[in-house]
Amino acid sequence: MNTHLLKQNIAFVIFRILSLIVVGILFWILGFIIYQGAGVISWEFLTGAPANGMTSGGIFPAIVGTLCLIAGSSIIAFPVGILSAIYTSEYAGNGNIVKFIRVMTNNLAGIPSIVFGLFGMSLFVNTLGFGDSIIAGSLTLGLLALPLVIRTTEEALKAIPDSFRTGSLALGATRLQTVHRVTLPMAFPNIITGLILSIGRISGETAPILFTVAAYFLPQLPHSIYDQVMALPYHLYVIAVSGTDLEATRPMAYGTALVLIVIVLVINVSASYLRKKLQKRHA
Amino acid sequence: MKRIIEKVIESLLTISGATTGIVILLIVVFLFREGVGFFSHSDIESGYVLCVNGKNPVDRLTPEQIKRIFDYEIDNWSLAGGNDEAIEPFRMNDLSDYYSDEELGENYEFVPEKLGEIIGGTPGIIAFIPEQYVPGKSEEVKVLSGNKLKPADFFGGENWMPTATPAPQFGLLPLLTGTLWVGLCAILIALPLGLGVAIYLGELANEKIRNLLKPTIELLAGIPSVVYGFFGLVVLVPFIQKAFNLPVGETAFAGSLVLAIMALPTIITVAEDAIRNTPQTMREASLGLGANHWQTIYRVVIPYSISGISAAVVLGIGRAIGETMAVLMVTGNAAVIPRSLFEPVRTIPATIAAELGEAPHGGAHYSALFVLGCILFLITVIISISAELISKKQHQAQ
Repeated sequence: MNTHLLKQNIAFVIFRILSLIVVGILFWILGFIIYQGAGVISWEFLTGAPANGMTSGGIFPAIVGTLCLIAGSSIIAFPVGILSAIYTSEYAGNGNIVKFIRVMTNNLAGIPSIVFGLFGMSLFVNTLGFGDSIIAGSLTLGLLALPLVIRTTEEALKAIPDSFRTGSLALGATRLQTVHRVTLPMAFPNIITGLILSIGRISGETAPILFTVAAYFLPQLPHSIYDQVMALPYHLYVIAVSGTDLEATRPMAYGTALVLIVIVLVINVSASYLRKKLQKRHA
Repeated sequence: MKRIIEKVIESLLTISGATTGIVILLIVVFLFREGVGFFSHSDIESGYVLCVNGKNPVDRLTPEQIKRIFDYEIDNWSLAGGNDEAIEPFRMNDLSDYYSDEELGENYEFVPEKLGEIIGGTPGIIAFIPEQYVPGKSEEVKVLSGNKLKPADFFGGENWMPTATPAPQFGLLPLLTGTLWVGLCAILIALPLGLGVAIYLGELANEKIRNLLKPTIELLAGIPSVVYGFFGLVVLVPFIQKAFNLPVGETAFAGSLVLAIMALPTIITVAEDAIRNTPQTMREASLGLGANHWQTIYRVVIPYSISGISAAVVLGIGRAIGETMAVLMVTGNAAVIPRSLFEPVRTIPATIAAELGEAPHGGAHYSALFVLGCILFLITVIISISAELISKKQHQAQ
């Protein structure tokens, strides 16, 4: 009996250590980037353009570019994704069509981002002739975010008990009225959270924008949706691996990584904060 | 009026429902359309031909043979299916060894004629020349019929040198093995770690710790891949180089480590879900029979949730195989078949990301990268579907 207890204790200690290791890895990465990058962050760094072969100056054009891409891809992914989720969870029932759509959505979610990049380049940049532009990049990123938006919205809708729907229908409301007046408002907090999380995903993606929008160096800001832009993740990649003087660009890279991480963290944290707050209000 | 609006909105919903299917269809169409073009390209650089002496019996050479001839590795025609004759590779810039600029003419108008003389006069020659300078029809000069790129050479080729002249080498094997090595090693590292955390989260941790640990893991999943790559580049790569005393730190092992960290959140979340889905009654039955908590976990809970755990592993592999930026930054990108974990490798996604910008649009190299994209697409679709089938099995078991 004692050996069993000993085994159990050993196993549980190992699991605790493993969990600590995983948390440790996260804090190691975050801590390292913050420690190295904090000294670089300044007003000039956030509002200036890169200068002297990326060894000084700032990352303002890249921040603006990333914001443009976030906005563009949200405009594309949110309406389509939400409508698609409403269709599958509220209209289509539980037949083969829904199963098929779900398989497709899962597959789309599993496709590597570089394949989206290839596809975006082939369709939007070359075939439709948008060239390397914000619109081509936004469309590519929007499609990438689509499965995420659909899944989270669907889950939010599914969490609404059926009694609310039947109650509304019994009062004489149509299906659409039920969705519009009952299900959507109730699922709103979780839908918003899902949307914000998908923004977080979009803002860090590099591979899809490599060949659809990202510019190596472009100090001026974009004027139209047919312009190229710099983007934070691509900028980090470029100055991390391909500078002429890697030692001199390192501080810039740490700073860029820190800004990128802060953006992603802020997005993630605000999503969960918003979910809690909105849920309280509805409860 | 209301009816009509309602109908319009409902049809809009239906259309949106079909979007993901349409997107997948479009991806398939465009990837394969560009990729299929690959096999209609000639196997030597476009705009050029290979000429041999008219008496040479050789009619065809494989891309591999052409490369080795011009690398002086094959130096006798008998090794390439011809007579016992030394091979003399000839390129356009060798022309000045034979003739002065005046003899070639002001606008190189005499080049074809002179080339004809050289090729006709050298029995062992193989000349790599632009199409426009091919000597006119004569008995002395034979143009080797260019082959189309063959699927067998692509899928079985051991060299990936897309910009080599005269014959670019498009061999999938180094990239495929690189991808699989890095991906599988990443899973071997991530699996024990991820499973341990999943068991801890699902069975041992109290509510308070769970509420701390879950968001932490979500954050880990939220960090952009390029940041992981950067971290790997500045921390792990120098560390690996020092620790194992290697010439370079950018190795398959560095890639596996970074990918393992990146695959962790996927593995933990899916495996924990499976573990928590084990019915409480089964746990209670096991405990009631006198088994302790650990015995219950590894005799009841894990066997019960094994298909969910396998789905986690499969999804983790999918994530690792498709990952681009982090791998691109830390694996050194040498397109050779890896012999150990501590050598630079190059994966399929990294190849696409690194080379697509330089590949001329519409050329063989460009379409070769789309073929790589198709392969990646197929691998991930197979992975998604098998993960789905595996987890379906669990639902049926319930």
